[in-house]
Amino acid sequence: MKDNAAGLSLASMWVGFIAFLAAVLMGLYQVVQRIDLIPEIMIPEVYFASVSTHGVLMGFVLTTFLVMGYGYYTATTSLKRELWGKSLGWIGFWLALAGVLIAAVPLLTGNASVLYTFYPPLRANPAFYIGAAMLVVGSWFWCLVMVMSMHVWKKENPGETVPLAMYGTVANAIMWFITSLGVTLEVLFQLIPWSLGISDTVDVGLARTLFSWTLHAIVYFWLFPAYIAFYTLMPKQAGGRLASDHMARLAFIMLLVFSVPIGFHHLYMDPFQAAGWKFLHMTGTFMVAVPTLITGFTVIASMEIAGRLRGGKGLFGWLKTLPWDNPMVLATGLAMLLLTVGGFGGVVNASYSMNAMVHNTQWVTGHFHLIFGGTTVMMYFAIAYYLWPKMTGKELFSVSLARKQLWLWFIGMIVLTLPWHQIGITGQPRRISSTPYDPELTQMWGTSEFLMIVGGVILFISALMLVINLLRTHGNPIPESVLEVEYAQPVHSTARMPHLMNSFTFWFWLVVVYMIASYGYPILQFFLFDQSFGTVPWSI
Amino acid sequence: MRDPLIAICEDPLERRWVWISLLLAFVMGGILGLYALTNNMHPPSNVETIDSSRLHLTEEFAEDNLGVKDNGDGTLTVTMVAARYGFFPPVIEVPVDTQVKFRIASADVLHGVHVPYTNAASMIVPGYVSEFTTTFPKTGKFSFLCNEYCGLGHDSMWSRLNVVEKIAGGTN
Repeated sequence: MKDNAAGLSLASMWVGFIAFLAAVLMGLYQVVQRIDLIPEIMIPEVYFASVSTHGVLMGFVLTTFLVMGYGYYTATTSLKRELWGKSLGWIGFWLALAGVLIAAVPLLTGNASVLYTFYPPLRANPAFYIGAAMLVVGSWFWCLVMVMSMHVWKKENPGETVPLAMYGTVANAIMWFITSLGVTLEVLFQLIPWSLGISDTVDVGLARTLFSWTLHAIVYFWLFPAYIAFYTLMPKQAGGRLASDHMARLAFIMLLVFSVPIGFHHLYMDPFQAAGWKFLHMTGTFMVAVPTLITGFTVIASMEIAGRLRGGKGLFGWLKTLPWDNPMVLATGLAMLLLTVGGFGGVVNASYSMNAMVHNTQWVTGHFHLIFGGTTVMMYFAIAYYLWPKMTGKELFSVSLARKQLWLWFIGMIVLTLPWHQIGITGQPRRISSTPYDPELTQMWGTSEFLMIVGGVILFISALMLVINLLRTHGNPIPESVLEVEYAQPVHSTARMPHLMNSFTFWFWLVVVYMIASYGYPILQFFLFDQSFGTVPWSI
Repeated sequence: MRDPLIAICEDPLERRWVWISLLLAFVMGGILGLYALTNNMHPPSNVETIDSSRLHLTEEFAEDNLGVKDNGDGTLTVTMVAARYGFFPPVIEVPVDTQVKFRIASADVLHGVHVPYTNAASMIVPGYVSEFTTTFPKTGKFSFLCNEYCGLGHDSMWSRLNVVEKIAGGTN
């Protein structure tokens, strides 16, 4: 039997899910602390250490390791060849894991409570920045393995169309490499020397500009696996076909091109960038909604094809005949619903002028928990439920437990995030551990904050169910009957694929040019100011 | 005209959807652009540097010069300093329906400000001056909240903004 690199994928994904479980537990503590009801646990030191760790574990660890694991397995199963550079993959894995463990020490001891967005001039222990940089560099090994896998496969199979799952994975690898350069530059040239005392001051404006380079596209790095599963796994599981392979590629290409050069929508409220640049980035931000709208259409159309093949009739009758007992189909449906609600909030955040009403309020945290926790992580679950049996050779421990887990996660996310939006729109700032404000404001938040605790409990139970199910799959005596990963067939043939939709060279250079246009001067300006003033480190 | 998408998409319904998506993106961007141009509605973006460690030595942000000033043309300027963990001066009073320009500098770390139920908001970044202009259409007691994590005492960093009736014959 050929080597599918299942060990590397399983190891990566397990690191991700262990980090996830720890982070969900911290999330539960955080919603309980914030309601101000239990004075004994109201310790800001603990809260901000927890929220920093929660962010790092969810945003950097779960995501990076899951993307890497899923990518390796996609490469071997879609290209049907052994993994190119598997040992490089393992080096990347150990480097990233070592980085996580090094960063964990200051995080858990309260010496890196600067949140996962770093926030200079607050200074964390240098080990935190070094660990974070190691995690990113580890992920670059994955980028290299993905790009080379596709390159080598194309040489072996001249003129053939790269399988869609791999095409999307490589789009993500290239996008992630480009976007992770921003934070890497910030950490290597600004934060590490400054936290070690080698340089005295740091230009906070430049640091925030560099971070914004990473900060938006990182969410698409997280989201890509969800879209790849929507397009390449779900239609087959639903019993149908992918409505359009070409449209899926177009969506992947648009995500690659538009998601990086638009980071200034995180800086709308920052004084050190001029309005024109912010406006330019806003137009790109609306463009990046287009691939998501395309995805919505293609995925729902694929579901309709499946529903009609299964005998569904009428305008909505096909919905009833879909196999909702299949975790992949169920997760796709639920994830799409959450994406619709979350996408609406995202348009508000992206709006150049409306943003002032919601910037840094709990509205924003509610929004990204809906899209990330709701859509992205929901699909991580579905991917795990589908791939675990293939990777371990054992049947999933319990499909019914998986279904219940997905429903609980969906309900928990709604109960958590809708009240979260409400407290945000009524003015509660994000990143606070308590609300010692005017009672006229706080009285409007009590009910919502209580509901958020209920949501947190539901989500924690759901997370436990996931980990138990995956863990017990390893010990399941029943072997999995279908070991092959079954990729969805498109409706129309992909034999004749335009060159631009089967390669990345042109798109890569297009992103480079777009990046220079949108970030070139805004970064250069920091070196051209008549006078500029760095800031010394401050302890938390 | 032949649809340029025909090369990559055989389904006419799907092509129509792509055009609708693109149109949506342009309409949303267009509306915001129109507002920005006609109402001069921009986020705070003055790109002005300052030495945050020496605010007390500048004329504008020296302690005696902080607070509300009448610009003489019916508008006001409010000069403030944000420092862990408070805004200075701690109470600001401005008249309703009057254009107010805020100029705020940080004396230490990153801060932010948001007055709930209004669009008065900005990040306050050490090394830079934040400036934004707004008009408060309603009288009342408002909260001036720090909305960016600035350290362990961040929760308690907030102060008061009172919007009062205009006094006849003057702005203040």
